[in-house]
Amino acid sequence: MTNIFEYAPAPESRAIVDIKPSYGLFINGEFVDGNGTSFKTVNPATEEVLAEVAEATDADVDEAVKAARRAYTRVWSRMSGAERAKYLYRIARIIQERGRELAVLESIDNGKPIKESRDVDVPIVAAHFFYYAGWADKLKYSGYGETPLGVAGQVIPWNFPLLMLAWKIAPALACGNTVVLKPAETTPLTALLFAEICQQADLPPGVVNIVTGAGDTGRAIVSHPDVDKVAFTGSTEVGKAIARAVAGSDKKVTLELGGKAANIVFDDAPLDQAVEGIVNGIFFNQGHVCCAGSRLLVQESVADEVMDRLKRRMATLRVGDPLDKNTDVGAINSAEQLAKIRELSQVGEDEGAERWSAPCDLPANGYWFAPTVFTGVSQAHRIAREEIFGPVLSVLTFRTPSEAVEKANNTPFGLSAGVWTDKGSRILSMANRLRAGVVWANTFNKFDPTSPFGGYKESGYGREGGRHGLEAYLKGADA
Amino acid sequence: MTPTASPTASDTSALGVFDDVVRSESSLRRFLHGLPGVDQVGCEARAAGLATRSIKTTSKAFAIDLAIRMVDLTTLEGQDTPGKVRALASKAIRPDPADPTCPATAAVCVYPDMVATAKQTLGDSGVNVAAVATAFPSGRAAMDIKLADTRDAVEAGADEIDMVIDRGAFLSGRYLQVFEEIAQVKEACGDAHLKVIFETGELQTYDNVRRASWLAMMAGGHFIKTSTGKVQPAATLPVTLIMLEAVRDFREQTGQMVGVKPAGGIKTTKDAIKYLVMVNEICGGDWLDPDWFRFGASTLLNDLLMQRTKMTTGRYSGPDYFTLD
Repeated sequence: MTNIFEYAPAPESRAIVDIKPSYGLFINGEFVDGNGTSFKTVNPATEEVLAEVAEATDADVDEAVKAARRAYTRVWSRMSGAERAKYLYRIARIIQERGRELAVLESIDNGKPIKESRDVDVPIVAAHFFYYAGWADKLKYSGYGETPLGVAGQVIPWNFPLLMLAWKIAPALACGNTVVLKPAETTPLTALLFAEICQQADLPPGVVNIVTGAGDTGRAIVSHPDVDKVAFTGSTEVGKAIARAVAGSDKKVTLELGGKAANIVFDDAPLDQAVEGIVNGIFFNQGHVCCAGSRLLVQESVADEVMDRLKRRMATLRVGDPLDKNTDVGAINSAEQLAKIRELSQVGEDEGAERWSAPCDLPANGYWFAPTVFTGVSQAHRIAREEIFGPVLSVLTFRTPSEAVEKANNTPFGLSAGVWTDKGSRILSMANRLRAGVVWANTFNKFDPTSPFGGYKESGYGREGGRHGLEAYLKGADA
Repeated sequence: MTPTASPTASDTSALGVFDDVVRSESSLRRFLHGLPGVDQVGCEARAAGLATRSIKTTSKAFAIDLAIRMVDLTTLEGQDTPGKVRALASKAIRPDPADPTCPATAAVCVYPDMVATAKQTLGDSGVNVAAVATAFPSGRAAMDIKLADTRDAVEAGADEIDMVIDRGAFLSGRYLQVFEEIAQVKEACGDAHLKVIFETGELQTYDNVRRASWLAMMAGGHFIKTSTGKVQPAATLPVTLIMLEAVRDFREQTGQMVGVKPAGGIKTTKDAIKYLVMVNEICGGDWLDPDWFRFGASTLLNDLLMQRTKMTTGRYSGPDYFTLD
């Protein structure tokens, strides 16, 4: 089916970013070589190698923690909140000024469409720094005291590299802590650009340290004896390992882990907007979203109509070059993740669910997966229970609100949920009964720095964002 | 290229499908209020999202020519004179005298008393004459006067009639009255095509726009149109989105296509392209045709011409290089 109105390519220029052939570690305000080997980061849309990045060893991590401790003791914890706020406001403004550069680099290294990095990721990153800058001199009204913890060791995932960095660093710094942060091994570049922004903002050396590497580097950070606080966002599997590693220590921990969110559509829902919400829920960021609406629970009486509308809408999704301004769905972040998505999708077929993928031409190079929906899925299927972390939606049906609640809660996870109905009272009663950290009503995947975010059960513990997000970085009102 | 006479749009055959619906005031109300609701925030977010599409080079050239062919070049002023209307009609036939490859507009839109004058200039150029009738813009007149207004325009040679609905009746819930008025005006139109204007700025809610759309489609309107241009806000992207969804869903249910015409406030090429993107992604390519989508506009045309010249020559020309009317 050819359309008479084909959109010509509209690529965002790469010229604004300057990717160096190799990157070191950012320790004590400077880029250093480190003692380890290096690894390559690739553009997932083309498989082109972008840069060599240093892999931090235990000794490098120790250097970074020492630098953070020094900065904490001598400078940052002694500085008034109002002074700390000035640095955070400065960082926020530089992020806005260099927004296009950050967005382009994020799309190149991560594979997400420029439309999202430009309109969602980067603006929310800046908003996070602005928001927590505002708290820095008002901590005594937070309810959690105003005493910082010390050095925070932070490990973040590859799905929102810069946004997860902001969620971690902004509240930590506002409360007076210093940080050692490890970006994911497939997406280190924007964190390293953020390190440059810290230099540009004249942030005192050692307040922010960025160490790159994979699992071993992460382990070195969380198990370092001089780290007071561990913050992790990533898989439930690694989250459990971290919880074990810090058990029995004095370290404070927050974990933001996986999810298998139910997006619940009632028969009185605004259907066209619900379809948009379903699409946004699972295909936003290629479904690489811990709170993705990966399980669609649709009331049986409208199931056929919703599915027809959903497939028609999915057929209009534009999959391809992340830097094209008209791209809706970009590249899968890595070969490893693509293999996992393919494997679980095969399992879905083998278990008897019906698979439908949007008709689209996928590029020859790079890691790609067409937006896919499985119908006829039951609670017993693996694709209804396990996190796929890709553009794959599992559709289940329900008959009554109680059945919807039971199915939605029947999962080891509990990060988010969505409710679609025109009935206000039903929204409130559903929100009360759903065991999920975030419940969206007639919308999905909306993020705001003022709103706390976090999970139930195997989705982790602790909250990030809002006033609640300060608790993880302060000693408490009694301290 | 000029728009051809519309294929068998929603002629009375569609009515049979909805006989039960329009049997009584209460059945009609049940149907209209049973349509899925519209979430305002979600609808506006979707329209804003589509507005970020980046239309460049070849696709932009295609969109500009298509938009020119979709313009209902409009003058609806108390100060309209035969001279003004003749000038506008000439412009509609040949929008850019310097470039013979520039297409003509779809129609010229005038008050009924100017139809004969417009027709004289347009002749068999293929550019239609559209007339606003039924006590435009308020619609506040007795039914027989509205019908006489319509017949007068048709007899003078109007190819298309743009009627206004009785917003007072709609807002007070007298849907059947609105339905019957549309059906009667349609009958008075004879062979002329009927566009039904909702004045969405007065209906206010998206739920109302969706209900009015279905009401007009069931009553046999060939086009549904947002606004008169005399009330603010006139056409907006989200309102047009709701109407496009309505015509799309109506075809799913009945097999009949109905056209959509946003009118008022669309002034730039950039705006027009946003609407075309929305048509493309909500309804698909079938609606990307002057038979099924129009722009009610006066100043839009010159901006389209300026952009068109820029595309072909690589240079912007000042407004003095394009005719006023």
